[in-house]
Amino acid sequence: MLTSQFLTYVAFFVLSAIALIGAFLAVTLRNLVRAALGLILSFMGVAGIYFVLEAEFVAIVQVIIYIGAISVLILFAIMLTRGLMTSAASTQNSQWIGAAFVGMLMFAVLFFVAITTNWPLAQPHTISDLIPRLGADLVTTYLLPFEAVSLLLLAALIGAIVIARE
Amino acid sequence: MPIDYLPILVMVVVVVAFAAIALTLSSLTGPRHPTAAKLEPYESGMPPFGSARRRISIKYYLTAVLFILFDIEIIFFYPWAVLFRQLKLFGLVEMGVFVLILLIGYVYVWRKGGFNWD
Repeated sequence: MLTSQFLTYVAFFVLSAIALIGAFLAVTLRNLVRAALGLILSFMGVAGIYFVLEAEFVAIVQVIIYIGAISVLILFAIMLTRGLMTSAASTQNSQWIGAAFVGMLMFAVLFFVAITTNWPLAQPHTISDLIPRLGADLVTTYLLPFEAVSLLLLAALIGAIVIARE
Repeated sequence: MPIDYLPILVMVVVVVAFAAIALTLSSLTGPRHPTAAKLEPYESGMPPFGSARRRISIKYYLTAVLFILFDIEIIFFYPWAVLFRQLKLFGLVEMGVFVLILLIGYVYVWRKGGFNWD
């Protein structure tokens, strides 16, 4: 039991370090393709933390959507922008003061929420029953949001085509 | 318990160790006779031409956007697929409605030529 807890702590710190190193590389590297790869490393660390927190579904979503799809979109956006592919871009522009302010505001809000929330301890459970429970909820309790998601995706599909056809 | 994920950790360690050992052994024992042709980037056997750092076509972006949308659709299949036998016909009909709505989008993209390159 004690070793299991110890291993969990070790995993958490190692994964946090991976996420932080990736995030640091993403904001400091001058080559944008490398910065995007740093961001992917950060995503992977966060996915690992989700596994440690036993949020298995969120972790899988993180891997499939963020590492699988969003990263591809970011890399494509870099590769089809003139100037970004040929020269190393500056990591700062004229909006850095505003961006820093918003970033610190966001941190303050999250920090406030994190210290004022009463975190209930998770009940011991086996991991294998979490996703079936989610599946059952999805087609019973959350049926309407579930079907609304398909409408949202439909709107996004049509929107993407309309914008692309212009 | 997070300890249940120990097999994943073991697999990560084995994969990293395998890659490291394979690369180290081949670089230690393999012969090294570089020629200009050998040092070229490998591109499916075709001789590479031009710079690799040129802009790519904007058309790839639509492909990426469509990929994300269908990727998100797949995510919703996962918790449903885990227990679709227990959900019986009810679950099947609900997923059918979900897919049907998205099929409208698929047909729309198809009819508008979103899958055509030109």
